[in-house]
Amino acid sequence: MKRENYFIVVLAVMAGVIAAVWGMFAIGDNMPRGVTEFSRQVYDLHMVILWICVVIGVLVFTAMFVSIALHRKSRGVEAAQFSHSTKAEVLWTIIPILILVAMAVPATKTLIKMEETGDAEMNIKITGYQWRWKYDYLEDDISFLSSLDAGSDAARQLQSGIEPVDVDNYLLEVDNPLVVPVGTKIRFLLTAGDVIHSWWVPALGWKRDTIPGSVNEAWTRIDEPGTYRGQCAELCGKDHGFMPIVVEAVSKEDYAAWINEQQQLAAVAKTDEERLWTLNELMSHGENVYATQCATCHQGDGQGLTPAFPALAGSQVATGPVADHIKVVLQGRNGTAMRGFSDMLSAQDIAAALTYTRNAWGNQTGDVVQPSTIAQLTNG
Amino acid sequence: MSTAHTHEHHEAPKGLGRWVFSTNHKDIGTLYLLFSLLMFIVGGAMAMVIRLELFQPGLQFVHPEFFNQMTTMHALVMIFGAVMPAFVGLANWMIPLMIGAPDMALPRMNNWSFWILPFAFAMLLSTLFMDGGGPAGGWTLYPPLSLQSGNSFAFVIFAIHLMGISSIMGAINVIATILNMRAPGMTLLRMPLFVWTWLITAFLLIAVMPVLAGAVTMLLTDRFFDTSFFNAAGGGDPVMFQHIFWFFGHPEVYIMILPAFGIVSEIIPAFARKPLFGYASMVYASASIAFLSFIVWAHHMFTVGMPLGGELFFMYATMVIAVPTGVKVFNWVSTMWRGAMTFETPMLFALGFVVLFTIGGFSGLMLAIVPADFQYHDTYFVVAHFHYVLVTGAVFAIMAGAYYWLPKWTGHMYNEKLGKFHFWWSAIWVNVLFFPQHYLGLAGMPRRIPDYSVQFADFNMISSIGGFAFGVGQLLFVYIVIKTIRGGEKAEARSWEGAKGLEWTVPSPAPHHTFDTPPELDDSQLAHGGGH
Repeated sequence: MKRENYFIVVLAVMAGVIAAVWGMFAIGDNMPRGVTEFSRQVYDLHMVILWICVVIGVLVFTAMFVSIALHRKSRGVEAAQFSHSTKAEVLWTIIPILILVAMAVPATKTLIKMEETGDAEMNIKITGYQWRWKYDYLEDDISFLSSLDAGSDAARQLQSGIEPVDVDNYLLEVDNPLVVPVGTKIRFLLTAGDVIHSWWVPALGWKRDTIPGSVNEAWTRIDEPGTYRGQCAELCGKDHGFMPIVVEAVSKEDYAAWINEQQQLAAVAKTDEERLWTLNELMSHGENVYATQCATCHQGDGQGLTPAFPALAGSQVATGPVADHIKVVLQGRNGTAMRGFSDMLSAQDIAAALTYTRNAWGNQTGDVVQPSTIAQLTNG
Repeated sequence: MSTAHTHEHHEAPKGLGRWVFSTNHKDIGTLYLLFSLLMFIVGGAMAMVIRLELFQPGLQFVHPEFFNQMTTMHALVMIFGAVMPAFVGLANWMIPLMIGAPDMALPRMNNWSFWILPFAFAMLLSTLFMDGGGPAGGWTLYPPLSLQSGNSFAFVIFAIHLMGISSIMGAINVIATILNMRAPGMTLLRMPLFVWTWLITAFLLIAVMPVLAGAVTMLLTDRFFDTSFFNAAGGGDPVMFQHIFWFFGHPEVYIMILPAFGIVSEIIPAFARKPLFGYASMVYASASIAFLSFIVWAHHMFTVGMPLGGELFFMYATMVIAVPTGVKVFNWVSTMWRGAMTFETPMLFALGFVVLFTIGGFSGLMLAIVPADFQYHDTYFVVAHFHYVLVTGAVFAIMAGAYYWLPKWTGHMYNEKLGKFHFWWSAIWVNVLFFPQHYLGLAGMPRRIPDYSVQFADFNMISSIGGFAFGVGQLLFVYIVIKTIRGGEKAEARSWEGAKGLEWTVPSPAPHHTFDTPPELDDSQLAHGGGH
């Protein structure tokens, strides 16, 4: 076949391949650039390796489709019979190695920087639980749980009848966001209380597993104020899809004000823990705690979900000796999804939930569990 | 060169007994292939449930717990029930025919290794109907989550043990056959590439299936006998399970792709009417990939918090895999170059394999870059990646092999029009199914979630539509296979003009017994032109 024909076919095929690639870029989503130096470096690495793949792909697929277009029996060609070429084989072994080395250099640099967790200006401990996050601000002695917000939670029930589009930030909204200052190097210490989770906010550029029994480290410095959303990224049981993360990055002044406010709330909670509560107070607070912490498994009506999650209405534990009931709730049950809540909920939350379950749905024990009792058990 | 059968072979028993008691490599190969097809349908049905629930945001059809059982079971069934048995079935049928052996070396064990499988999968699938429910912690069975399973978990573990035993016996059989039963003149470096890749795969299987057995046994004792291998509160380490699991799991990935490389390396030369380019480098590349598969396992766990040195080592080692894999792709393209190609269904699937597997390879290379993996890890980007290498990789190669050898197995040509339609239907919809999942992952959608934020709605719906269409299309494959078994145009011994290899020297369908006396080999019979 004539040389110029080849040239035209090669150009046409290459144009087709490039058009296909361009189409894929045009219709699709890409990784966000994020709001930290690290996330932008990750984005750049991602784009570089993507372009390398695209160029190699265009060359290989062009060769292949040119061959498919021209070297077909229906065009009356004779098959050549060559079966190797040392020169070509050496070439296409060495060139990829060089490309890989070129790729490894920036990747290594970025990675080394990511692992430098020293010089942090503040430390936040993140603990993953089924199915919520706990944040401890280590310097400021603030601690709270962060769970899926009520709007999403109602809509995400099976055949809830609520349209997800009608819910703001469906599945990406929490009751208590993680509030952090911008322009501050924050070190995160990540661990888990039950199974493995993974804490991921794409705008920060990384995810890190939270693993029971060990503490992982990671850091970030957020440049721009804003609300950044993410999700648990490691399968952690039935509600894995329903433990979002919301980070609110605020100015340093706003952050100081927020800390102040939180510390006042903590002081109020402290006095609450020490005083005596009435049955009614505990029941109404307990109903809320039960709804957010317990109902996912044991269900709002206390009937449980067979087989994994037992009913509490009429159960031996919830109507039997108080001490045994407290023990289960504080320490959990090994080998089941029932975890201990002693390090997760406050004494008044636990006391209220216990009181509620011992008096709701016909569990008429009349028992009142005081926050101070729980506080003694957990602190002592 | 095949011999007539006038002699004292026992007549094959008729009816059910023929299959239950068979020690014949062809019958057992058929059993494996049909079993794998059945499991492909079962696993596919589970995928349909998954795509149905993900069709739009909100939970419409199933509870999250059942959704997790579906994702877990889908993977276990497809990996251990569909892809692996399909390759063992192809090995059973084709390896003796390709190397001029009368049967597999260990025919009774062959029978046993197949018949374990239906029991293993009956046990595995029955857990879906038990009190504790099916496994829901992902096919990777990571503790502590997997230890929250009900008592039915014991059945899952025993089923996995049985599958492992079956695989190991199959692998021993393949190795014994290839090393001992080659026809005179069939030296190692004259073996067809499918035989080579299976030999390497078999060694991988023997090396890693016991590791999986050990890992799941520790899960069993942790769950039922109060040990603490993976329980941090008892001094164990949940991450240790991941290291052990992926030491099995990464070679397992290549167990599912190396025989596919072999199949494609048989088919492309046949339809390009040209010797395979770079036969020796293909063999060395396969062996290098197998070796590397043992030292890259932790790239599945870059986010567990490894030390920097570990992350760097596993990143570099993983990137190196791109080199031998690249060699293979370049060799396939060079085989096509200046050939005289025709495009029957096996060739179409093989070409589809080369393009789409390469795309899966590219995303694999991207995943190797640790800092970028901190974003990609456990998202739909990973789901897209491994479905490109497993569906358009392994499964497309199996389809290619099935169309290529169906005439040899059944004595009939399949309906070429339907075959081509099956290819184009599958090739289009599989991309509609999996390509948007790259976008979903990059945009931030984690894998293994039953419901998602509305920003992911469009691509999930497109992906689901692709999934339903692709799924329905595979029923056409079942129809084509059944139709070809029952009749059709008579196939010649050499069913394809350019097909090389000893399997094409025996009649179609291949008689029950072949190569009772070893065939004579000449270089023109080799798909790679011989001369090494």
